[in-house]
Amino acid sequence: MLLTVVIDIVKSLILVIFLLTAFAYLTYGERKVLARFQFRPGPNRVGPFGLLQPLADGIKMALKEEIIPAEADRYVYLLAPLISLVVALLAFGAIPWGPPAHLFGRSIPLQIFNPNVGVLYIFAISSLGVYGLVLGGWSSQNKYSLLGGLRSSAQVISYELAMGLSVAGVLILAGSASLTHIIRAQDHYWFVFPELIGFLIYVITAIAETNRAPFDLPEAEQELVAGYHTEYTGMKFAMFAMAEYINMITVSGLAATLFLGGWHGPWLPPFLWFLIKVGIFLFIFMWLRATLPRLRYDRLMAFGWKVLLPIAVVNTMATAAFVALSR
Amino acid sequence: MAVVFWLAAAAAVILGIGVVVAPHPIHSAVALVGTLFALAALFLLQDAEFLAVVEVLVYAGAVMVLFLFVITLLTAGKEDVRDRLFWQSGGLPYQVALGGGLGVLLLALLADLFVRVLPIGPSPALTAPGWGSIKAFGQALFTRYLFPFEMTAVLLLVAVIGVVVLSRERASK
Repeated sequence: MLLTVVIDIVKSLILVIFLLTAFAYLTYGERKVLARFQFRPGPNRVGPFGLLQPLADGIKMALKEEIIPAEADRYVYLLAPLISLVVALLAFGAIPWGPPAHLFGRSIPLQIFNPNVGVLYIFAISSLGVYGLVLGGWSSQNKYSLLGGLRSSAQVISYELAMGLSVAGVLILAGSASLTHIIRAQDHYWFVFPELIGFLIYVITAIAETNRAPFDLPEAEQELVAGYHTEYTGMKFAMFAMAEYINMITVSGLAATLFLGGWHGPWLPPFLWFLIKVGIFLFIFMWLRATLPRLRYDRLMAFGWKVLLPIAVVNTMATAAFVALSR
Repeated sequence: MAVVFWLAAAAAVILGIGVVVAPHPIHSAVALVGTLFALAALFLLQDAEFLAVVEVLVYAGAVMVLFLFVITLLTAGKEDVRDRLFWQSGGLPYQVALGGGLGVLLLALLADLFVRVLPIGPSPALTAPGWGSIKAFGQALFTRYLFPFEMTAVLLLVAVIGVVVLSRERASK
């Protein structure tokens, strides 16, 4: 009993440290990748190849003056970045990184916990992330922040439906919502092949859910300064950034788990395969940001409700019919 | 288990009171989200994991976000949107007396319930293990409770159509 608690705590610590390190080097990677797309060298002054840049950024963030606007609603203002970060960290707990490891004669599952409602748990927790954005935007008492927060709430509600439906096909094929079970169901073929439409809808909605370009309307620089986090400084600003990047890792991990067979793959160790698949998704995130211009707000809404949602509904019904008839 | 139950139960009650007495609608909304979370924890203790997750996903994740959207939109830029409590509302004496009386009655009922529940403590899971799983939930919903389930769907459809018709009429004028 005590041993399992210790193992769980160690696993959680490893995961949190891993996610925060991944966040730091994801910012570095993104700046490098974007720079290459634009024929620039990118950060290259701090350390070899600029590799210590995230460290310098972290020190800068920690030493910045913490400013709370005089008119702000203090408690909500402080609560908002906290909600964003905690929710982002919680959501990753249900994603398995590899098959159970065998250490000292014990079988240790490589995920924090394995709820039977795994997929739904991740959706439920990550649907709370929007509170950080809305409350942060509202409590700052700044019109740009408020507009950013409002945009994000409308966007997240609109795209959440299509996202939920896009993975429903996978749940029907696997016959379970437990992520470990879904990976095991992909022993013979990855679900991206029968569920290609669902996969494409999932990727599009995942970009919208994480507020990334071309769906980054909540923080559109040209119109809203920086959107919901305009008034945030120092570590509180950094917490919003952490939440955004960790959410990117989570949706990428979920995509790899649901559609690309999770840790399945030849030759290399399973954990490495999982990392490679997540890495590919993260690169696509950056690639899209470097390539596509931002959508107009009304087009964003029309695209979500009139295109993605109907296709997702039809796809789910077709999958359900196929599974029911082939039994 | 019992510790978690009492923590979640106390949080639900305290945050529930917070919804009513919070000075600003936004604070009420945040407190309500917290209440829903505490309720989800209580569902989890009863092995109703699907219900717990759906509670967070639908109510906290979607319905309350919509509430928050409307509240931020309506209260933006207004100086004083703070709700006054009923004894500060400047109502007529008999109104205050009536409201206060009903409140006391409700509290008495709650207190009575507390006195009865306290010695018993949290109840063990009501039925067989796995009764709260997605499978069991879905089977109950689409067999035994199919009629009320479909009726709810029709009711929601009526509400949606009603909203569309009402807003259309206003827009054309």
